[in-house]
Amino acid sequence: MALTLSGPSSVQGQQHIITVLVENHPGVLARVSGLFARRGYNIESLTVSITENPDVSRMTIVVGGDELVLEQITKQLNKLIEVMRVVDYTEFAAVERELALIKVNAEPRDRAEIMQIVEVFRARIIDMGERAFIIEVTGGTDKIDKIRDLLAPHGIREMVRTGVIAMARGSRTA
Amino acid sequence: MSLSGAQVMLECLRREGVAHVFGYPGGSVLPIYDALYDCRDIMHVLVRHEQGAAHMADGYARATGKVGVCLATSGPGATNLVTGIANAYMDSIPMVAITGQVRTTVIGKDAFQEADITGITIPVTKHNFLVKNAADLPRTFAEAFHVARTGRPGPVLVDMPLDVSQQRIEWSGDQYPLKVDMPSYRPTTRGHEVQIKRAAAAIAQAARPVLYVGGGAVSSGAQAEVTELAERTNILVTTTLLGKGAISEAHPLCMGMLGMHGTAYANHAVHNCDLLIAIGARFDDRVTGKVDRFAPGARVIHIDIDPAEIGKVRQPEIPIVGDVKTVLQVLLKHVEPRPAGEWNEQIEEWRQRFPLVYPRDGGLYTEAIVEHIGEATEWKAVMATDVGQHQMWAAQYFRTRAPRQWITSGGLGTMGYGLPAAIGAQFARPDERVVCLSGDGSFQMCTQELMTASIYGLPLIVCISNNRSLGMVRQWQEMFYHERYSHVDLEQSPDFVKLAEAYNCIGYRVTTLEEFRAAFAAALEQTNRPVVIDCSVTGAENVFPMIPSGQTVNEMRMHTRLEELRSAPNADPEGWSYDEEDQKLSQIVDAGHGGAQKEN
Repeated sequence: MALTLSGPSSVQGQQHIITVLVENHPGVLARVSGLFARRGYNIESLTVSITENPDVSRMTIVVGGDELVLEQITKQLNKLIEVMRVVDYTEFAAVERELALIKVNAEPRDRAEIMQIVEVFRARIIDMGERAFIIEVTGGTDKIDKIRDLLAPHGIREMVRTGVIAMARGSRTA
Repeated sequence: MSLSGAQVMLECLRREGVAHVFGYPGGSVLPIYDALYDCRDIMHVLVRHEQGAAHMADGYARATGKVGVCLATSGPGATNLVTGIANAYMDSIPMVAITGQVRTTVIGKDAFQEADITGITIPVTKHNFLVKNAADLPRTFAEAFHVARTGRPGPVLVDMPLDVSQQRIEWSGDQYPLKVDMPSYRPTTRGHEVQIKRAAAAIAQAARPVLYVGGGAVSSGAQAEVTELAERTNILVTTTLLGKGAISEAHPLCMGMLGMHGTAYANHAVHNCDLLIAIGARFDDRVTGKVDRFAPGARVIHIDIDPAEIGKVRQPEIPIVGDVKTVLQVLLKHVEPRPAGEWNEQIEEWRQRFPLVYPRDGGLYTEAIVEHIGEATEWKAVMATDVGQHQMWAAQYFRTRAPRQWITSGGLGTMGYGLPAAIGAQFARPDERVVCLSGDGSFQMCTQELMTASIYGLPLIVCISNNRSLGMVRQWQEMFYHERYSHVDLEQSPDFVKLAEAYNCIGYRVTTLEEFRAAFAAALEQTNRPVVIDCSVTGAENVFPMIPSGQTVNEMRMHTRLEELRSAPNADPEGWSYDEEDQKLSQIVDAGHGGAQKEN
């Protein structure tokens, strides 16, 4: 699969979180991700999961670009037969969350400080080894970037992030 | 009644009214060919290469508006279709490509003649399907044809594994959906009424409007509406390469093609207009050149059935998403008559000052060949071209009377397209004269289909504009690469007359215009045998006018002998002039071959 994943520094213009509701068919992920690669759009992150309706999958894609680029992306996505709906969450209030697991070096002399950081960020230590912790943290992208930066001086051995998921506030649905 | 998947597939094609399938057999489609063995009502045309099958289905679709169907086996058969599918995709041509696939049990195991054709064709199909159960065939084919022909038309591929073709299912005949409902696919055909009224107001206000008409007007069958709009408002029309035929090119309001090799007057008109009315056109780079200098002072109305075309290249002030014919019918209710004014006179002045010219000195020029084909067939021939200089000369000089008379590879620019596309068109319109204009380069890319034309006794006329080089590439090397002629020399080609004869066609070689006329007259006598005319044309000619890639009308290069040739006698030959028959012609074509657009 040809995903163009690039760091936040490469983002041109605004970041947009778009939700794409697709028919839950084999190969639909390839159609969507291929479209981004083919038309030269950058995906910052992409998550896919089933929804309340088992026939429908939901993709949450964070993409960089100005309004015109986003308009083209939305229109091109809508042309895919299996795409049912495309919603841009930049347009209205939405809750955004991402989950990260961070394995950080934890020498005895550093543990207190790390635990303090974890507490301030309302993260959790979910595994504690002799030399390293695994920290689980949930929140917006900014928050996760921030805790990553604070943990970095201790030495991050490994990090995995789910990518953003989003949901509209109130009773509105995608 | 128990039927195999292959037999069910044929039932599906019958339900869709398919009369012709262009195909080539192989291991994974053996059950389908076994079913075809008993089939009398669907004609299978055996091609010589699968690429030919795809182009034939494409030519068939362009000549009729119906969905063209091609069939190939798995692996190499399927991959050989890809160029033809991509060609249809770029030009929005309705097509259903059926491919065999290895058994479902070995898919993904690198089985013999396995290719992931649904994966390969995602970027070049409107949609594709891999059928895993014969019971899904009726719905799949109904959706495939529906998607191919509705909205912005395009190719759809259906991949059928061998075991699905063999699988037997109970068939009662009523499994085929009478109506297709796809919740995630509902194209907008009716334009927004408010926007249409705004467009009418903009037309009323404009001092220097131009109609810029593309292939969407042809595929929606809107010739009558385009002509009516032009006539009522006296707005001059320029068409794209694929828009040819959306209005008769003998119409006094038609300026011919615009863009890189368009007429100078059409390009000047577009450059200086204050309102550009884009109808089923997509602001292709061969039309616009440098985008931000294209029609720089114009407000833009953009009518297109594909929302993604709106604002893709040029942001319109008035976007209208909908089927061209439907939108124009509503627009015509709001548009007031408008007299011809100074703007029309200005364009006429450009037309006089910058006409299309070539030396009418009796020499064998491709332009002269094109004009003679037109005159000898009363401009009624279905004209299929290949790609290159001859294509551009044909676009300039073949004055299309009716839609679906002009068959050319626009977006993809596929050399080798012409001959098979002409064959497809001839199957679609057996009683009409189909002419293929090719080049010595293009012709050699699908020559093998001469055998197909010959076996089926098609009275095709293939004219090869033989300049013993890859003319368009040579022209670019001359103009932009310091005359460094790298690998464009085709002096060593086969003897095309002998080649034609080897394929049981008639072959002529001509070196003068006089000889060409005689050979063409003889070819017109043929009723059941293809004729190949190898025309040894004057070499090293360039196509003018030309706006170099990415530049503007200010950099347009005119014919180097424009001044001299403009004042020469017969600069504007007597063609046919626009008459009532032209409108009648288009209506006949629409009635006979229409139905490209169904209401959704």
